[in-house]
Formats: sequence, C-alpha cells, structure tokens
Amino acid sequence: MATVLAVSVRVGRRSEAVLLVFACAIALGARAFVDANAGGGIGASLGIYSIAVIALAVAAHTVVRLRAPAADPILLPAAFALTGLGLAIIRRIDFAYAARGRVTHFADAQEVWAVVGILGAMLVIGLLKDHRLLRRYTYTAGVLGLVALMLPLVPGVGREVNGARIWISLFGRSLQPGEFAKIAFVIFFAGYLVSNRDTLALAGPKVLGIRLPRPRDLGPLLIVWAAALLVQVAQRDLGASLLFYGLFVAMLYVATQRISWVIVGLALFAAGAVAAGTIFAHVAARYDAWLHALNPSVYNSGKSYQLVQGLFGMASGGLFGTGLGNGSPGLVPFAESDFIVPSLAEELGLTGLMAVLALYLVMVQRALRTAIGVRDGFGKLIAVGLGFSMALQIFVVVGGVTRVIPLTGLTTPFLAYGGSSMIANWIAIALLLRISDLARASATDVPLRGASAPADTARTALASAPGVEENTVEENNVEEGTVPVPDGATDAVAERKAAR
Amino acid sequence: MNEPIRRLSAVVLLLFFTLMAAGSWVQFVKAKQLGDDPRNVRTLYKQFGSFRGPIIVDGQAIVSSVPIDDPFNYQRTYTDGPLYAAITGYYSIGPGRSGLEASENSLLDGSADALFWTRLGELVAGTQQQGASVELTINAAAQKAAFDALGNRRGAVVAINPRTGAILAMVSTPSYDPATLAVHSSADANRVYQSLLSDQTNPLINRAIGGDTYPPGSTFKLVVAAAALQAGYSPDTLIDAPQELSLPLTTATLKNYGGESCGPTGKITLLEALRISCNTAFAKLAMDLGWPAIESMAANFGWGSGLNIPLGVTPSRLPVSPNQPEVAQSAIGQFDVRATPLQMAMVAAAIANHGVLMKPYLVNKVRDPDLRVIEQTTPEKLSTPMSPDAAAALTVMMQAVVKNGTGTRAQIDGVSVAGKTGTAETGLHTPPHTWFVAFAPAENPTVAVAVLVENGGDIGSEATGGAVAAPIAKAVIEAVLANAAGGN
Repeated sequence: MATVLAVSVRVGRRSEAVLLVFACAIALGARAFVDANAGGGIGASLGIYSIAVIALAVAAHTVVRLRAPAADPILLPAAFALTGLGLAIIRRIDFAYAARGRVTHFADAQEVWAVVGILGAMLVIGLLKDHRLLRRYTYTAGVLGLVALMLPLVPGVGREVNGARIWISLFGRSLQPGEFAKIAFVIFFAGYLVSNRDTLALAGPKVLGIRLPRPRDLGPLLIVWAAALLVQVAQRDLGASLLFYGLFVAMLYVATQRISWVIVGLALFAAGAVAAGTIFAHVAARYDAWLHALNPSVYNSGKSYQLVQGLFGMASGGLFGTGLGNGSPGLVPFAESDFIVPSLAEELGLTGLMAVLALYLVMVQRALRTAIGVRDGFGKLIAVGLGFSMALQIFVVVGGVTRVIPLTGLTTPFLAYGGSSMIANWIAIALLLRISDLARASATDVPLRGASAPADTARTALASAPGVEENTVEENNVEEGTVPVPDGATDAVAERKAAR
Repeated sequence: MNEPIRRLSAVVLLLFFTLMAAGSWVQFVKAKQLGDDPRNVRTLYKQFGSFRGPIIVDGQAIVSSVPIDDPFNYQRTYTDGPLYAAITGYYSIGPGRSGLEASENSLLDGSADALFWTRLGELVAGTQQQGASVELTINAAAQKAAFDALGNRRGAVVAINPRTGAILAMVSTPSYDPATLAVHSSADANRVYQSLLSDQTNPLINRAIGGDTYPPGSTFKLVVAAAALQAGYSPDTLIDAPQELSLPLTTATLKNYGGESCGPTGKITLLEALRISCNTAFAKLAMDLGWPAIESMAANFGWGSGLNIPLGVTPSRLPVSPNQPEVAQSAIGQFDVRATPLQMAMVAAAIANHGVLMKPYLVNKVRDPDLRVIEQTTPEKLSTPMSPDAAAALTVMMQAVVKNGTGTRAQIDGVSVAGKTGTAETGLHTPPHTWFVAFAPAENPTVAVAVLVENGGDIGSEATGGAVAAPIAKAVIEAVLANAAGGN
C-alpha cells in the first residue's frame, strides 16, 4: 500500500476504556433525566439499569482487548453512546405515549435488542479471527442477501406494516431481514469487486469516453443488484433501495477508481427518481410532501402531516432543546422509530442534534480510515461499504426529516427502535473492529497479540502481510494471493494513470 | 483504492455538513416561523402549559392552575365557575381568552413588565416562569347573593363600594362554566364554545358591562333629578305633574305607568315625583331644564365614556340633540337613552358618596409569585356630578322611594335604604326591562347597587322594577352589610 504511512499509532485500549466511561455517562445521564422529568422521578430501576450498562461496557471492552487488541478505540464507545442515548429517548417516548393514554413498551424491547446486538457483536469478534475468511462466502452472501430481502414477500412469512412489506414474523417477533441483507450485500460486493475489479476497470468497449465493462464481468453483480433493487421497489421500501443503490455505486467507484461510474450512477438515479415519481403514486406523494410540506392542502391531505409535526418538534427545541423529558415528542407519529431524530432534536436541541451527527460522522470517518489502513482490498471494500452505508443511511433519515430530500422510511443506526437494525448495526461495528484490528496492528509499534518484536521489525513485517503469519490456517483458507494481488493491481492502475 | 476512499470521505463530510446546515435551518433560522404556525400545538402547550397565577376573591383562589399529567402540565380550574364567569372570563385552547383572563393575561402568565425582576430570578434559578396572583375587590357573599337572587332570569347585578369605587359584585346571568372551555382538547373546547355562542340566552355576554346596553327606564330620573337639584330645585319644589302630558310638535301624549294620575292638583313636589316615579312630572321637568343640563349631568355620571375596570366597559349612550318630545321621552329613560348596569350603579354610588363619583375597579392587588405586592389600585376620583347638598337632597328623595314609594320591596329592617325603581318599555309585545338602583345605609353608604332583569324575568308584562328588581338589590345589600358586620 503505497499510501499507507508506517506511523506510530497507539493501540488505544486505554482511550477506549476512557471513552466508554463517557459513553456510559451519556447513557445513564440521559436515562436519569428522562426518569426525573418524564417518568415521575428516579427509581430503583435506574440502579439495575446502570449495573447492566456498566457490565456490558466492561464485557465489550474486555472482549475487544482480548480478541482485537489493536482495534479502533473510537468505534465501540461511539456505538455505545448512541445506543444508550437511543434507549433513553425511546423510554422517554414510552412516557410521552403513556401520558396520552397509549401504553407502549418500546424501551423494554429495545433494551433486550441492545443486549442481543452487543453480545452478537462480541460473538462476531470472538469467532471471526480474520475478516478475509468472509471472502470465501462471497456468493453465499449474495444469495443470502437476496433470500433475506425476498422473505417478506413470501406469503405467510412476510408481514406488511404501514404499507411496506419488509417484515417477517419469527418466534412471535417482527424482524426486518433487509437490515441483515445490507451486510450480506456489502460482503458480496466486496468479494466480487475485489476479484473482478481489474477487468471491470480496464477491459471492455469504450463508449462516449466511458469504458464499459464486458457484460460477463459485470453480469453477476448487475443481476444481484437489479434483483435487490426490484425487490425493494416491490416492497415499497424507498429508503432502503436508495441506500442500497448508493452503496453499490460507491463501492463500484472505490473498486474501479472510475469517476465515470459515479456519473452514470447519478444520471441513472436522476432518471429513476423522475420515472418513479411519474409512475408510482406513493412516490409522487412523497415528492409532494417534501416540496410543499407546509402547504395547507398538502398538510390537510395528511401527506406531510408527519413531516411537519417533526419540523414543529425540532423548531420548538430550538438551539438548546426543551430538555430531556420536557418536550412533546409524542405528538409526532413514529417518534420512537422513523422520527427519533426529531424527538432527539426537540428535547436536546440543535446542540444535541449536532453532537449526534458529529458522533456519527466520527464513526463513519473511522470506518473509512480503517479502509485506508487495511491492506487487503476485500477488507477495504467491506470497511468502505459498512462506513458509507451508515453515512448514507443517516443522510437519508436526517435529510428526510429536515426536508433536504424526500422523506423515506429508514432506521437511524443505534438510535431508532427496532431489533433487526440494532443487531445488524452492532454486527457491522464488530466487522469494522475486526478489520481495524488488522489495519492498525500492522501500523502499530506495539507488538501484536503478545509477541514481542521491536518497532522496526513490526514495520518491516508490514511489507509481507503481517498479522496473517500467525493465522496460517486461515490464511490458507483465504483465496490465494488475496492480499498482495489486488493492491498491486491498484498500484499498477495508479502508475499506469500517472504514466499517461 | 485509497484515493477514491479519500474522495468518498470528503463526500461523506459534505453529506453531514448538509445535514448540519439543514438542522440549523429548521431549528434556528425557521424556528420562529414554525413555532408561530397555527398548526403547531406545541406553541399552545407552551402558552397554556406554564404555571398561571390564580385569581383571588376574599383570600380564596377562584381560578387557579393545578399540575396535571398531560402535555399541558397545568389545568386551569374554576371554583364556582358560573358564579364568577362574568368577571374571570375563560382561558381556553379553543376560543382563547376573555374577561380578566384576557385583560390581566400578561400578569397572570408572568410576562408583564412588572414581573421583569421575578423573571430574571427564575432564569437564574432555572425555574419555570410563574404568573402573578390577582386579588379582586369582589365580596364573595355579595356576589353569591346577587347570583342566587337573579336565579335563572336573564339579568345583571353590579355592586360598588361608593367611597372607593371598588366593585363588590358583578354578576351576569345566565352564566356558563369557564371550566367547560378550559378542557385540554381544542375540539371539545370549540364544541362547547359553539354551543354557548348559539345559545339563545347569550351566556357569553357580560350583561353588567358589555355588549348590550339597556334603556334605563325610570332610574334615569335620578339623573334628571340631580340636574334639577344642581339647577336650584329642592325636594320640596312643586313641579307640574299632569295626568297626560301632551308633547309639543306632535299629537302624542305621555302617560304615567298604568295611566295613573300623579296627584289631584296636577302639581307635586320633586320628592313626590321621584317617590311615585311620576313620568309626566319628569318629562315636563326635563323639557323645562333643557337637554344640555341633563346631558352634562349624565356625562358627569359617565355616559358616553368607556371605562377599563380593567375589563372594557361599553359606553352608555344618550340621544344626540333630541327635540323637545324626545327630551321628554329621554327623561324617563326611554327613547335613545341606554345604560349598562354598571353605569346605573355608578349613578347610585355618586349620589351615595356625596356627589363624588369614584372610578370603579375590580383588581385590588397583584402579587408576584413570592407574594410581594407589585400593583395596588388606589381609589381614584372620576368626576363630581353634583354638590354634597344636592346629593344629600337626592338621598332623602331616594329613601322616600323605598320607605313608601315604588321601591318598598327593598326595605331592610333597621337599615335605611335609598333606591329608585325602573321599568323600561322594550316594545309593544315584549315585557319591560326592570331595574332597581339603590345604596345603603343611606346616612353612611357602604354599598351602591344596580339590578337589571331583562324583560321582567318570569312575571311578564306585569313586571316592575319594584316587584322584580328591588328584592334582588335588597338581597345584595343585606349580604354586604352582614358581611361587613361579621367582618368587624
């Protein structure tokens, strides 16, 4: 990796521990405010909750320390803080609904999901010793992703909720398999692109100055992608299809380095958006609600009611918010899920919204930094895919409620109510931690996994795929030449470009 | 692959900056506009959800805000709502505010300038903005007596302390319960409001001061008598009192109530004319005095000028340059003369207060949340319609009305009551409005009262002020006097 500088990086486990203390303080502080202001006072449940939160933080930190000692120290505390904040706000929404006579137990369920998500992430870190193992399952992941996406369309299994058929019933619980499909597709795209990116980038006819790949190279990718898009359109899951489309274009761009893909992608997107608005009434309604949200006739027709109520909530929050528990977030439909960001913005104000956005931004940038740091192309693409999908998801959700783009239903990672989203996002965090461990271990002066080696040795080891040596068994399982070949190709492409 | 990743991270940065800008746009730039949007119920919650000061009568809160577990946080509650509705008004998320809830709003909700330092303290302490408490001049016993005496008849009662102008009672019936409008559902509140609006009896109108004014009937003779006394007449002055007074310029004649004669000689004293409420005598007297004398006397009593007590009072009206027959009609409180019950109470109060009219007021003290007095009303002289001698003479005349005249039903054992009846024609086929204005004790008045019962209440065309309104005035006077005795 020509661009990676062998700078000295601290392992960061101590930083992670300190940041986790802050994250716990945010989680517990928010919960305490909610209980005090909206829940009729702080009770004994806060004590039990605090013990659980701190125990989970200690457990997560310990697992990372043992199994991914060089992993990025910011990802875990950031995800922890967002999850804790989300739990507090969802609890607050429960109180808000209760005050209006609607009994809900979103927080109780979400607490279970958070525990499952964090334990699931620990399990992934514990079991998956090297992310490159996943490359073996490139096509499996593609098929699994498609199956997961299609499950809700199967009669008897799938359930339609609020017009979108994206849920399945499992053990009496609703599950959104699409959330997991997102990770599966990231793995599939990464695996496929890393194997075929040279041919995708270099072979094929040139049309209008854009080199189109040969159909046999692009074929499988295009089939899976088009199928997934079709399924999501059929499910009326606009937000997810937007996210999925953007993710695909971004990963294609990163893999091939061809800006032309982005231009083609954006052009197709624009055409698709116009076509969808013309063909589908529900899409046209979204556009209408977006462009003319405050127009009385649009508002009275109910199209923009939810959006406008969310805007009112955010406006009443102003710069510093009403304070946790003192606003009226319960007035907005789906305040606990799709509209959790306006709920947060109302009670924590613009300040709180900025802080949360900054936290997300840091997470995404750490994911992208991991992608730059890791040397194998597969790992790079997974990290880019996971990081960019999170960024895009937040853009779609927050952009939707602030009228930057039309409103589409998507969950806000870690914050919004929903088990599938919670578990899937924690698994994504686990994958990022795993990749960052590899990325940073090699760039760290500190010896890896107990081995004592001087800094120079560690740096020298860089050149010959360090960290993999110890995992010879896994290395053998990984397709031969995974690590050096694509990167060499990348450099070759870069050099060729430079030479021209 | 690192170069595109770097570019992608720049794109991510751009996406997040867009979101942050959009968040600032909604929560900062457009916040006010969105907050002012009538569809934004949060603004209502904020407005209606703060602790609002109580309204206090005789040390008891008749209106208060109590904590409630709903988005508004506080519920406005009205103790004896219908009894005080004419004063307090309502405070509703539906139709808004009226009465003192409207006129004293900035004090009640704590936004008044007078509460600036209190607000500053609250800001520093981080506590919620609290409103001031408003203490009324109302005498609970008098208010209750007036309300009960009126019953379900349409009418109004105003009682004033003649020495200060403090309003002791203000009742308008039929009333309504402001609590039914203070519900926290704008749909329910609006439904109640619409039903009150469409109610034939107009419960939302404050008959004592607002909306409708009424022909004062014979109670207006007090004004004419005062003008005569000021012009040099005495109670013993003999004036013309024909059985029928033929009006100049017309063929019409003016008669007495029931066509009766005022006396065998066709001449009676001024006192006698008032005692038996002789129409022909007062019509002739007014024509003799000339309209300007009566007009300026009425203006001194308050006709033609509005008042804030601090509720807005509809100005009582006089005819504009009436000709002689119109003056004759006006003298007996008909034609274009209109008065509010408060106006008639002011007439009685001025006579009782030796000819000095004090400015009526409802709010005694305003206290901030820490109970410090931030406003206190000091009694204020409004005008001096007549001399003390004229007032004393008129008092004697009014005592005669109650002692053995048209107002005997207002007699109270051991108390000398001065009064005047009124029976105002409202049309050929509708029963007359009945009036009674009075004060007591005559030698040292502590209460002046005016009673109006629309269309004679329930006894129809036989109704007279003496029969219908006088007992109500009596009940109110008794309540005030008993309260004063008990208080001492």
